[in-house]
Amino acid sequence: MTLTLGHYLTLGAMLFAIAVVGIFLNRKNLIVLLMAIELMLLAVNMNFVAFSHFLGDMHGQVFVFFILTVAAAESAIGLAILVILFRNRSNINVDELDSLQG
Amino acid sequence: MRRRLRQPRRLTPLTAEAWSKNPMDTKTAFFLLFSLVLLYAALRVVTARNPVHAVLHLMLAFSQAAAIWLLLKAEFLAITLVLVYLGAVMVLFLFVVMMLDIKIDQLRHGFWRHFPVAAMLGVVVVLEMAAVLLSGFRLSEAPVPALPIGVEVEVSNTKELGKLLYTQYVYPIQVAASILLVAMIAAIALTLRQRKDSKAIDPGLQVRVRAADRLRVVQVEPVTPSPPAQPQEGKP
Repeated sequence: MTLTLGHYLTLGAMLFAIAVVGIFLNRKNLIVLLMAIELMLLAVNMNFVAFSHFLGDMHGQVFVFFILTVAAAESAIGLAILVILFRNRSNINVDELDSLQG
Repeated sequence: MRRRLRQPRRLTPLTAEAWSKNPMDTKTAFFLLFSLVLLYAALRVVTARNPVHAVLHLMLAFSQAAAIWLLLKAEFLAITLVLVYLGAVMVLFLFVVMMLDIKIDQLRHGFWRHFPVAAMLGVVVVLEMAAVLLSGFRLSEAPVPALPIGVEVEVSNTKELGKLLYTQYVYPIQVAASILLVAMIAAIALTLRQRKDSKAIDPGLQVRVRAADRLRVVQVEPVTPSPPAQPQEGKP
């Protein structure tokens, strides 16, 4: 059995599905939600790298580079918001974040 | 839980078959090993009771993903993933998780109630994607450009990526750099907190101070000094 593109894409799909399940399961825990988003980005990056390898095109890896940059910025700001949220409300329960009455 | 049990059963025969048919195909075996550990770690991330364990399993997942990217000959990105993600972002997560005093029981309330819906959703996503992907993507190896015989080219993933990044993508990389700068400033500005009992003075205010703010000229009525009291003579 040789590895095909489909193997890597299926791995990415499974990873993405686990992340979706994680978002469903941990709807109250903001920090696990952030981690599930990181997993989703990892799954997308996996697909990009696989396509880049099997199609022989470096542009996919450049795109992964930019996704990594934006994901790092996103998690830094997300964690900062989480810290001030915890400082103000002393919990991170998503259900109680209804100050805006949205 | 159902998926975790099902996963090895589907993938283990493939390893055995791969080894019996082609024992030299270590790449496939490594791919299966890394992807099994990756999926296990990802599952533990979303089901772990303790958030610290979740972060540690996420680190394991990222390291396995880096190994898989090495199999795909994306060396630079794999090392970047290890350095940037495992070294910086995950440590940031770990610090934040350890700093927050989270009441886990309150957050886990309703976890198993959502589980059937979530598991069904996950299975549907996997089945749909696998049906499309496994039927349509049969590319097995990267196309190799034809070279004249006797010519050797030294191909470096990092060099090629760098050439592309600094020629064609030079403006996007500047934008990415400014995004990182903005994120850094935003994270610091969001969490910066001054002590209430601090005696620090704003230097701007200090520079802008005028003499009138510091010195108050008071008009005082001139007072004539009273003549010194005459010693009274009648007293002894």
